[in-house]
Order: sequence, then structure tokens, then C-alpha cells
Amino acid sequence: MSPNQFSRFEIIKREDFSDVTYLLECYHPLMAKAARAGQFVIVMLNEHGERIPLTIADYDREKGTITLVIQAVGKTTREMQQACQAGTSLYAITGPMGIPSHFDKVKKVACVGGGLGVAPIFPHARAFKESGAYVIGIVGFRNKNLIFWEDKFRSFCDEFIICTDDGSAGIKGLITEGIKQAIEKHPDIDEFVAIGPPVMMKGCAEATRPHNIKTIVSLNPLMVDGTGMCGGCRVKLGDQVKFACVDGPDFDGHKVDFDDLMIRLKRFAEEEKVAMERWSEGCRMRDQVQV
Amino acid sequence: MAKKKTIRTIPQQRTPMREQDPRERVTNFTEVACGYRVEEALIEAERCLMCPEQPCVAGCPVGIDIPGFIQKLTEKDYRGAYDVMTDTNLLPAICGRVCPQETQCEGVCTVGDTLEPVAIGRLERWVGDKAISEGWVNIPYIEPSSFRVGIVGSGPAGMACAADMAKAGCDVTVFEAFHQPGGVLRYGIPDFRLPNEVIDAEIDNLRKLGVKFECNTLVGRLFTIEQMINEMGYDAVFVGTGAGYPSMLGIPGDSLNGVLSANELLTRCNLMRAKEFPNYDTPLPHGHRVAVIGAGNTAMDAMRVSLRLGAEKVYCIYRRSRTECPARAEEVHHAEEEGVEFHWLTNPIAVIDDGKGGVRGMRCVRMELGEPDDSGRRRPVPVAGSEHDFECDLVVFAIGTNANPIIGQTSKLKLNKRGYIAVDENLATSVAGVFAGGDIVTGAATVIEAMGAGRKAARNMKSWLGIRDIDFPYAAEGRDSTNKLFGIDLRERNFARVRVAATAKP
Repeated sequence: MSPNQFSRFEIIKREDFSDVTYLLECYHPLMAKAARAGQFVIVMLNEHGERIPLTIADYDREKGTITLVIQAVGKTTREMQQACQAGTSLYAITGPMGIPSHFDKVKKVACVGGGLGVAPIFPHARAFKESGAYVIGIVGFRNKNLIFWEDKFRSFCDEFIICTDDGSAGIKGLITEGIKQAIEKHPDIDEFVAIGPPVMMKGCAEATRPHNIKTIVSLNPLMVDGTGMCGGCRVKLGDQVKFACVDGPDFDGHKVDFDDLMIRLKRFAEEEKVAMERWSEGCRMRDQVQV
Repeated sequence: MAKKKTIRTIPQQRTPMREQDPRERVTNFTEVACGYRVEEALIEAERCLMCPEQPCVAGCPVGIDIPGFIQKLTEKDYRGAYDVMTDTNLLPAICGRVCPQETQCEGVCTVGDTLEPVAIGRLERWVGDKAISEGWVNIPYIEPSSFRVGIVGSGPAGMACAADMAKAGCDVTVFEAFHQPGGVLRYGIPDFRLPNEVIDAEIDNLRKLGVKFECNTLVGRLFTIEQMINEMGYDAVFVGTGAGYPSMLGIPGDSLNGVLSANELLTRCNLMRAKEFPNYDTPLPHGHRVAVIGAGNTAMDAMRVSLRLGAEKVYCIYRRSRTECPARAEEVHHAEEEGVEFHWLTNPIAVIDDGKGGVRGMRCVRMELGEPDDSGRRRPVPVAGSEHDFECDLVVFAIGTNANPIIGQTSKLKLNKRGYIAVDENLATSVAGVFAGGDIVTGAATVIEAMGAGRKAARNMKSWLGIRDIDFPYAAEGRDSTNKLFGIDLRERNFARVRVAATAKP
């Protein structure tokens, strides 16, 4: 039942950026045609799988592919890391979901990506560059070995700032350090776009707030359907409640209640632990059998 | 000729339907109502007076020839009963289970004036189940009409529309955003009320009519409705995407982790099989004391699912009284039997935080009924000083839904003030060739009303495409089987069907 007339959800390329970060390029010509920067897909690995939202990191309309960059953090993403190789297929990819990002006419923009957010910020940088803006890319990694897509970013960014936690490349320190330097050098930045873990987006929003620079963040809360039906992805913006899947995923970073978002992301922490342990146990058993 | 039945000669008691014992069934997801045995169905069928007025037919949103199929049952012509049924309703096994018969066909039944009404829904279900177990399908000879029809949403509205358009010879494709078709039948209604096998069987019947289902396809975002018409070669489109978007409580604490919509609970449990976690990956929030807010069918489903997931206590919190409760009578009765504690005339005013992002309890206020409001029901007003707290660790809200915004965001279809799709009396939208029906037009309603809308849209779509007469009503008008060929009513003047008749006559 899974594949449809538009795609068999086939993975045509796999690339590993580190022992936890990997890239999947999936063949889905219609989605490649429809996708815009800022949108996401919902993926199911197999029939028993959960539906997980993943931001679209890139799309190639000519090749008919979309690219996902995934960090193996939980049971599903680790299982995908093992199972998804070029030539295999996912059970389902649905999307593109969410409202595409707006690329207002801005003169100078900073695109900020941290951790998992480095890949999906790329199409933003490209789209801003193509609309004629001066683009400053700011990305953060833990260390030099985890850096990926540097060339890709450099070809669409007028300036490119790398921050590493240990100082093994670029600026030593958190991404907020890079943001601070960018604002000092360019007080005329019109807009920030930030994608990454909630704590990083919160840091970014706090760094830009005193300067009153518009800051857009892309939220990635827990979801089931991704079509506005379950309300699991609701986020607080001041006194308003919005659904990230259909009202977002882009929101005004100065209004988002990140603390609420971070608590909601831990909703199933217990269950995730159980699933993870059970799965790891299964892997060990299989390894032993093979030995 | 058999002696004419009168109200005094028919079986006086409505035949009860066997059910799983409440204590037993709260531990499983197997169907609660077991269905009639054949002898029970035959006794109940005898209770129909075959009255000439046929109020039940008018009471049915799709106009099933109810006396017609019951007559066949009394003659033990089960296949005949199924044939009569499928003239108007392709999904009897589903409708027999989930229709609110007490306010429709059974609510106006002539027998019901004096005795309990004929159990039409149970008989309908029996016929539907019989057909599934026997593998009966009514596939008329269909001559392709060369029209292509796209259906957005595979719920009851979309399925009904798809069936009619396929029978009219159109090449029909149904698009579904989820990975399995069925819409609310699949994600919303739990297994113990509507088993998945029943949905699968009915969808299979549609496939046999030539309907294609395309899952994992989010219309609006993957391609738009305008693209379907302008680029993808669809001659007509039906939009039946449902209401979806759950209404929020709007009270302090409603974004806590222990607060979720009934839609989310049910989708996780039914579609994603989270009740089988960790064999299935999707997790479920577990509550020992679950408070469900609302008293509609969705609320009842959420309560009964919670019991089966192991909750010790399940409370129903509803601001009006039992009389105004919108759920089917049978659902309330079942929930009560299973141990749900009902708190009528109680309104939540805050969810209480446990300090760790979860729920510790709920603060409520007592209500009393005042003057009637716009809905004609007496408006509940708070009783001063009646605030009280009670303990619970999971709050599920089932207080209605709003329009799903995706189609509005991505197409030029005109919407009404509340965000639902605006349609004329033919269910045509503001875009030529695009029709809409079901919850996305009316707001949350029932499965059978959505199916009724799907059929009405199909009728108008056919007339718009020029493949059938517009004025011919679907409702039963003289069920003379001699006029039919392969279950096809020649008077429908469907282009394809007239051709069938012409070749059949020497």
C-alpha cells in the first residue's frame, strides 16, 4: 500500500557526515518540484514505524530528489541509520508540509544553523542569495570533524562564520558568539533566520532581541500527522497557541515560548528510553548470533 | 399472500444484540457489539410493518430503501438484501455500526411510535457483515466515460463520492495524506467500534469498482487543486478533507504535557497502533486518572480507549446535562457500563500543573442550565462559588474541531467566515469543476452525513460533466426490480448505463 504513483520513496544516495549524522537523498520528482525552503516531510521507516518530521535540507528539481540530513538520536533515527542505504526504500515520505518560508526583499540577512539545523538552513541561504541579498552564514558544530557542506555554504554566502565548541575550527564558542560578531560588524542586518535545537534558537532569539532585529526560527516539535489534525505540535507564541505543522514551522523567534517547547519535546522521554533500550538489546542479540 | 402485519402481530420486543461483557471488554480492543446471528436478524426483520409512508427512507441521509432490504431479509434472500442496500449505500458494514440511527431512520420508524423501533442499524450491519464473509461485491458493468476524477481525502465523504463516480465510468483516484486510506474511519473510530478488517473490506470493494487509492499524498502541498484541474488532467475534483484541526480549551494549563486532543490520542492508538508499543514505534501518553472533556462520540471513544489502555479512572467532564449530550445513545450507554464516571454540568476552568510540565489535577466549576442559546439547547451558566479541584494525570479534550487550513492556504477556493469551504446548493465551490462536502463544508458531523454529501456532490459532478440527468433524485422512488439490469437503475439515465441497456436488448 505504501508506494504511490509519484514515488516508491527510494533512497538513491547515502552519505555519512559523522558517526551520528547522515544524509539521505530520496527520489520523489513531484516533491522535488513542489518543495520550498522551510518545509518538512514526515517519514516512516517501515510499517511499524512512527511518523517523524524531518526538515527538507535540499531539493534538486532536475534530478527529482529531496535531501534529508538526519542525526541519529533516538530509536527510529538510529534504526534508519542502519537500514537506509542507497537502493533501499522508505515505507513513506509525505509532504512537503508546512508553510514555505517567506523571502522578503531584504538587503542583508544572517542564516544561522546549529547542529541538526545546519543542513536545512542551506536552502534559505541559497534562496536569499538568489533574491539578491547579502548573505551571512553562521553555523555551529561541536568540533572540526563534524563540519559538512562548507563548500556548499561558501558558494552562496557572502560571509561564512563557523563556530566550534572546542575551537578546532573557526571561532571557539557557541553560535551566539558568531551572532554577536556578525551584529558588531554588520549593524544593518535586516533579518536572522535560525534553525537548530530549541536551546540554540532560543539563544539566537535572545542575542538579536536587544538589537530589535527580526528573527525567524523553524520549530520542530513532536508530530503525528503533520496536517493539523492532532494538535500534538502546538507551540505557544505569547498568549496564542499555534500548530507548527500547518501554521508554521516558521515563527517569530522573539515571541516563541522556547521553555514550553523544550518541555513538550520531552513528552515521551520515558517511552523513548524503553524503545531505545529494547532496540539496542535486539541489535546486541543479532550481533551475537552473527558472531 | 401473507397476512398483513400489524403492530400487534409483530414481535413486540426489539431483538437485543449480544455484547462482550463490560468487565471483559475493557481489557481488549475486540468489537463490543457482536452483531446478530441469522435467526436474530430474521426475527428483527419481522418487526418491520412495511408501512407505505416509509419515514425511515426519508430519515436516512443517503435514502437507503430500508423496507426493501428488510423485505428481502424476511424472504431469506440475503444476497437480494445486499443488492438493495448497495443501490444506495456501498458501505453497509460501516454505517450499520457508526450511524446515529436513533436520530435518523430509527428515530422516525412507525413501529417506534408504539414500541421500540425496528433495529435498522443492526440489520444493516448484519447484511454488510454477511456480504464481507461471503465475499459478495456488486460490481455493475461499467463503461468508461473517459472522465478523470480526483478525490481529496479518503474518509467517508470521499469514499462515497468515489464509488458513485466510478460507477458512472470515471477514472477515479482518491488521494490520502496518511499512509493508509479511510480517514476518520481509520484514525478516529477505535477497533472495538469499527474493526480495521471492516474498513479494509469496504475499501477493497471500492478498488474492485476501479477506484485507485494514493496514500502519502498531501494535496495542496504536493500539488494544488488548481494543478489537478489545469495540469494533471482531472476533469473534476471533490474535496472531502474533513474538519480536523482540534479546538483548544483556552484555559490555563492547556499546553501541559498531560493535555492532548482526542484526535491525537485516537490517531496514536488506532492508526499508529501505539497500543501495541513497543512492537509499534509510536508511543502513547498513559494516565491513571483520565479526564475527558466533552461528551460527543469522539469523547466517548477517547474515554473507552483510555479504559482499555489501563486507566483506573476515567471521567467525562461536560458543561451541559445528559439531555444535551451529542453522542449516540448507545455510546454513552456503553461508556457507562464500562465504568466511565460522568460529571454532567461541570466545566473545566484550569488544568493544574504538577511542577514538572505534567498534570496533577483539574479545577472545575458547577454549571446550571439557563435560557436556550443559538443551538436551541439551554445555555449552561456557572454556579457562583462552586469551584472544586479533582485529581487526574491526563486530560483529553474532545470539544470539537475547526476547519483544516491546508486547502485554504494553498488554493483559491472561497472559504466562509469560519474557514470552511464555501459551496452552493449543489456543493460546487467557487472554482469550476471543484466540489466539496463533509466536515470541511459543514464542520464536524457524522460519518453518514459526510457520505450523503459525497453522494450529492457526485450527482452534481456528473451533471456538471454532462454524464447524467441532474434532476433525478437518489432517494428510493419505487423499487421495482424489473426495471433493473445488473442492479443498475435504467432510469438514472447515466450515459454509460443507457448503452448497457441498448446492448442487452436484442
